[in-house]
Amino acid sequence: MRPVIPYVTAALLFGLGVYGVLRRRNAVLVLMAVELMLNAVNLVLVTADTTVQAVLPHSGQVFALFVIVLAAAEIGVGLAIVLQLYRLRAGVTVDDVPLAEPAPAVTPVERPEGAIR
Amino acid sequence: MTGADVLLLALGAVAVGSGALVVATRHLVRAGLWLVVCLGALAGNYLVLTAELVAWVQVLIYVGAVVVLLLFAVMLTRAPIGPSDDLDRPGWPAALVGAGSGLGLAVLLIDAFRWSRVDLPAAGTAERLGEQVFRSWVLPFEVLSVLLLAALVGAIVLSRPDIGRPAAPTAAPDGGERPARVASTPAADEGGRP
Repeated sequence: MRPVIPYVTAALLFGLGVYGVLRRRNAVLVLMAVELMLNAVNLVLVTADTTVQAVLPHSGQVFALFVIVLAAAEIGVGLAIVLQLYRLRAGVTVDDVPLAEPAPAVTPVERPEGAIR
Repeated sequence: MTGADVLLLALGAVAVGSGALVVATRHLVRAGLWLVVCLGALAGNYLVLTAELVAWVQVLIYVGAVVVLLLFAVMLTRAPIGPSDDLDRPGWPAALVGAGSGLGLAVLLIDAFRWSRVDLPAAGTAERLGEQVFRSWVLPFEVLSVLLLAALVGAIVLSRPDIGRPAAPTAAPDGGERPARVASTPAADEGGRP
């Protein structure tokens, strides 16, 4: 087995993921590109498990499992944020997200002095 | 080149090609479906690299759960069915950074490994991996379970707008709202009219 083949595959996938994160404007597509990057890391870990003689056997594959769990948690929270963004702004374009916190909207409620609280 | 090399090359080509389509297509739904192809090819790569358990977990969690969640998100955000033109920002810097990191890493790895060959180790079956996880990696495993719980709670709190909302109106009339309004309106009036 030539380890350079999966390593180069992983490097190219990581590059594609970086390109996708920087290029895409839709938040769901950004999350997909992040998945590509995480998978490239997984491929590196699994391949390194075959090439590196570690003290503990199969450490790379165990770490790949951990990264898969992290990706599952990340996608859950990420999609919750994306859906909340869609609910607030009716769109998931990343460019339109205001970076500064907007001023709190004070609703002018006129309350007479003798009103029952 | 042995059979494993040919398989790795073919699956890697499929993975990179479908990954390129994920970041290049104009159809939102097709991006998710190309992601399925890419992750499936990577699962095949793991099988060739004798990581059986990781391959099946990849199929179960990534193809089964993550992509389905992404497609749910595509549907819930009312994505158009046809091609959409506003998916990308003009991206020469993105192409530059992406190609730079990808090709740079590829050159580094090619320089490190050349055309050397290694023998495949013993297969990472569920029995061996489970032994490792529950013997050497118990603490990270438990920490990950806590992290999954925290992510679950966080996702629930984020997606329910009624959590945390009732605290604001009860606190506002006593202390927060009235002095701010008294202080702000005369100042705005005096400042606006010289």
